[in-house]
Amino acid sequence: MLEIIKGAVSLGLLWAMMTIGVYISYRILAIADLTVEGSITLGAAIAAQAITIGLNPYIATGISLLGGMAAGLVTGLLHTKLRIPALLSGILTMIALYSINLRVLGKASLSLLRMETVYTVFERLGLEFSWAVIVLGFLSVSIVICFLYWFFGTEIGCAIRATGNNPNMVRAQGINTNTMIIIGLVISNGLVALSGALIAQNQTFADVQMGTGSIVIGLASVIIGEVLFGKRNYFLRLTSLAMGAITYRIIIAFVLKLGMHSNDLKLFTAITVAIALALPIIKDYLNPPKITVEEGE
Amino acid sequence: MLKVDRIYKVFNPGTVNQKIALRDVSIQMEEGDFVTLIGGNGAGKSTLLNCVAGVYGVDKGTINIAGTDVTKLPEHKRATMLGRVFQNPMMGTASDMILEENLALALRRGQPRGLKWGITNKERETYRQILSHLDLGLEDRLHTKVGLLSGGQRQAITLLMATIKKPKLLLLDEHTAALDPKTAERVLSMTDQLINENNLTVMMVTHNMRDAIKFGNRLLMMHDGRIILDIKGDEKKKLTVESLLKRFGAASGEEFTYDRTLLS
Ligand SMILES: Nc1ncnc2c1ncn2[C@@H]1O[C@H](COP(=O)(O)OP(=O)(O)O)[C@@H](O)[C@H]1O
Ligand SMILES: [Mg+2]
Repeated sequence: MLEIIKGAVSLGLLWAMMTIGVYISYRILAIADLTVEGSITLGAAIAAQAITIGLNPYIATGISLLGGMAAGLVTGLLHTKLRIPALLSGILTMIALYSINLRVLGKASLSLLRMETVYTVFERLGLEFSWAVIVLGFLSVSIVICFLYWFFGTEIGCAIRATGNNPNMVRAQGINTNTMIIIGLVISNGLVALSGALIAQNQTFADVQMGTGSIVIGLASVIIGEVLFGKRNYFLRLTSLAMGAITYRIIIAFVLKLGMHSNDLKLFTAITVAIALALPIIKDYLNPPKITVEEGE
Repeated sequence: MLKVDRIYKVFNPGTVNQKIALRDVSIQMEEGDFVTLIGGNGAGKSTLLNCVAGVYGVDKGTINIAGTDVTKLPEHKRATMLGRVFQNPMMGTASDMILEENLALALRRGQPRGLKWGITNKERETYRQILSHLDLGLEDRLHTKVGLLSGGQRQAITLLMATIKKPKLLLLDEHTAALDPKTAERVLSMTDQLINENNLTVMMVTHNMRDAIKFGNRLLMMHDGRIILDIKGDEKKKLTVESLLKRFGAASGEEFTYDRTLLS
């Protein structure tokens, strides 16, 4: 029991960065960015290959981050400079990344068994592997949250938040909304790739399929975080995303324990997200909003 | 301050929906001019303002603001010289962001944005002062999400945002049309106050003939993509709704059939 929760927490912490990445595109920029399905695998693939050829795992993870940022840049350019709709831009990059990820991996799956990973340093300090993952996961998530809390309070950060909210107003204030969208997507996909790199080193392999459905897991975590942990101020809102990612893993661990076949997990997650996204409509249906007449019109 | 030289704007060219929204429009405005722009639905007023602001490029002609040829400049670059308020109160503010964040975005218009804090404590004090000066009860609501405020309040905030950094040219597009009459009047008098205090150069679209006559030092009337009347100086001061309607008929060869205008 405790083992299950420990496993869920460690996995949740690693997926938290990915969740925050999805939050940036989906909630802040109001874009459903499918690039993440490719960039999470890209992060895993780069880290696995770099470690295999003997690079320091921290440097390998850093390169993963840069790789994800490049993927976000491509989607951003497709969307803003070539005016391809955001959803389609993300799909194009995602598809392109499938081939690129295969190239990076050299085959469909690359094992990291018995190789040094980012967690090894913590194990050398005497921690058990699962605790090493939790400690490093917690540290990474904390750094990411602090960084984003600062970043979205800066002039550029405010401009990015406003861009997702009302691009017309933002342009009227002299801000290039295209640049803001690109920066947002770059950060988002960088975080997703970082997540992928840490996940691969945790499961000791990278697989070209591992990104499939990840956007839905990210969305589920975002929604769980928002619903269960509220969002009173910006710092708590970012923290709630990490809590959402952990809660999602705990829920999954329990439904598996209750006997759900792991092949059915994606179906389960998709249905959960569909219901969560439809909640406002379901609520309206069950208890229709009162129609108010605007005065003076 | 503004020089529009023989511009044309065609929507959906070469299709059955082709619409010539602006035909050979030229305007020259001096610094301190307050132009009211009036005309029926679809006359091209909004299109003209949008072309000046760079929302649309023009198909022919040039636009010059404060000595800079902006014809080819993108919207966000022209915005450094412009203040804009739109008809829709939702359009001028970011509804999910709080009041002071909206004002802070506007205060930085025309400056490069970097990694400094988006709002400083010093600014907050300034906002409180400006807001209490406007007497809208908003000085204590700096932390309220703008989406929770009324249409009138949002329009007042947009107006403040458009003028907090003195623009070379203020563009107002029927910015009181979506408000109830009482609120509209308040926002309009606030507009006049801000324009006078800051000595702004303004182009204001209105659907209300009385307002068009009452405010400003010059009146332009548009019809079917053209400017058909240009009344300034003493002539403008003597205008009445009746004489304006008569001159519209003479200039356009049509009866003025724009009910909203006559009603108010
Ligand atoms: N984005 C657009 N696409 C196509 N036609 C447009 C567009 N904007 C305006 N028009 C057309 O151009 C003409 C002028 O519109 P507009 O400038 O909005 O008039 P108004 O004087 O009422 O503000 C109208 O016939 C309108 O249908
Ligand atoms: Mg209009």
